[in-house]
Amino acid sequence: MDKVLSNKKIIALYVLPSLLLILGVVYIPIILTGYYGLNKWNGISAMSYIGFENYLALAKDSAFWSSAWHSLLLALFSTLSLVIYLAVAMVLATRIKGANLFRKIYLIPMLLSSVAIAQLWLKIYHPTNGIVNSFLQSIGIANPPAWLADTSLVLPALFIPILWQYAGFYILIYYAALKNIPASLEEAAKIDGANALQIAWKIKLPLAMEVIKVTIVLAVVGSLKYFDLIYVMTDGGPNGASEVMASYMYRVAFRAHDFGYGSAIGFFLLVICLIITWIIRKLTATKDTIQYS
Amino acid sequence: MISGTAGQLQSGPASSGAALGRKIGYGLLYIILILVAVLQILPLVWLLFFSLKNNQEVFNLPPFSLPMDPKWANYSKVWNAGNINVYFLNSVWVTVLATALTVLLASLVTYAVTRMKWKGSSFVLGLFMVAMMIPVHSTLIPLFSVYNKIGLTDHPLSLIFSYVAFNMPITIMILLGFYYALPREVEEAAVIDGCSVNRMFAQIVFPMTSSVLATTAIINMIYNWNEFIFVNTFISSDIYKTLTVGVQNFIGQYTTDWGAIGATLMISILPILITFLFLSDKIVEGIAAGSVKG
Repeated sequence: MDKVLSNKKIIALYVLPSLLLILGVVYIPIILTGYYGLNKWNGISAMSYIGFENYLALAKDSAFWSSAWHSLLLALFSTLSLVIYLAVAMVLATRIKGANLFRKIYLIPMLLSSVAIAQLWLKIYHPTNGIVNSFLQSIGIANPPAWLADTSLVLPALFIPILWQYAGFYILIYYAALKNIPASLEEAAKIDGANALQIAWKIKLPLAMEVIKVTIVLAVVGSLKYFDLIYVMTDGGPNGASEVMASYMYRVAFRAHDFGYGSAIGFFLLVICLIITWIIRKLTATKDTIQYS
Repeated sequence: MISGTAGQLQSGPASSGAALGRKIGYGLLYIILILVAVLQILPLVWLLFFSLKNNQEVFNLPPFSLPMDPKWANYSKVWNAGNINVYFLNSVWVTVLATALTVLLASLVTYAVTRMKWKGSSFVLGLFMVAMMIPVHSTLIPLFSVYNKIGLTDHPLSLIFSYVAFNMPITIMILLGFYYALPREVEEAAVIDGCSVNRMFAQIVFPMTSSVLATTAIINMIYNWNEFIFVNTFISSDIYKTLTVGVQNFIGQYTTDWGAIGATLMISILPILITFLFLSDKIVEGIAAGSVKG
């Protein structure tokens, strides 16, 4: 058995194609991103090595920091909206009839392409004919705002469709986690006189903590690299008011043809995603042990 | 938590007052759930409605009124006028090919990692797992310049390579749990009977994993069908564009014809919605399995 299963040729045949692909498409490019970031390069003519100049310029680039701030706000908003998702999942998990149907309906927006969602929401926010402003006008607000053209409203207006898009995904994860909690625990707590609120807070929440931890990482890292919806709906505008890190990188590299500087942003994005994943895992790991003990 | 109320009412004494209270409690919970469901669906209903109207009806009738005579012509118009049919077919074949390749390659890797004996297997597995944390955007510029150098920009292979590589980690992760749980007795018996590794994989293990393969295939299909940034960056010719980018460009040219835009969007989301109608259990299961990453 062991001899058959340690055939080097077959192992290479099974693993190498995938390994080469992931090295070529994921690992070598991230090394190149770091390297390009050290160069002045427009993508066409020869690169010239300039050391950390791009990274220093990045530190002083107010447009970049404002895009980073918007990404951070999105991460904060996404994390906070997890509370709503968890609450809805808790309702769903209370042995209610039709829970299955509900969680399937909730999931639908997540299955659709971000371009379709973005185009649909562009129409929803349309200043004169969109459903938001049609509704506002019908209840007597004569001059409703032009949501996506208003620098102070555009970011919150973009957060709503993002919340809409991902609601079903997180509700599904939480629902699955809550359903995994053995009913006997709940029964025992009830016999001991705990009310439903105490059961939710003291039993269900700690036991779902492992999954909550994963969703926080997903929400934060997902927000930091968020791109599609914002790119299609506002392209970072008006006036950079909805620019996020990934859209700023895209603009610098593929519109302004500054591949070196764009790569520096891409590398920063990579490093920050890895660091934040690591930090959240560390933080939530310690919390866990406290709650389980 | 809202769930508290229902649980509390449920555990209350069985007097008629408590029974009434329980009913009200459950009624409230249902109202919350239905409200969320309506919010999730309403924009799509509105989209369906305006895809069947002309501009006059869109702007003058109430948003959620059905058109008097549905303008199915919007659909035939956009299907024939733009390159929507080309984009659609591109989406289909790129999605199917990338999904099949990912599932096959990931199965081979997972088999080699869980069943075969070799040094470095855990390191290779680690490489795939860490790749899950790497943002697509950080690889975009070098991928573009490398594909450009080897003549793969504006070529569907650039999409296939990228989709397969970026979906491989999550696919392997879902397969891993399943492979670990597979009994080894059948394989042991097969080896004693002189079966080769290739035959064992192709005729015994691969068929045994068909249910989890379906799950991973669905995850892959949804991702590939909806992928935007790679197509948008690598592909410039209309003949190679997929629906997501094609739709985006098409709408750019018809910004004022709401019916046409609605019909285009409906065409781009219908395949997913129809798949969902028939396979919703598998999709829910697949997304739940795929979500445990991180």
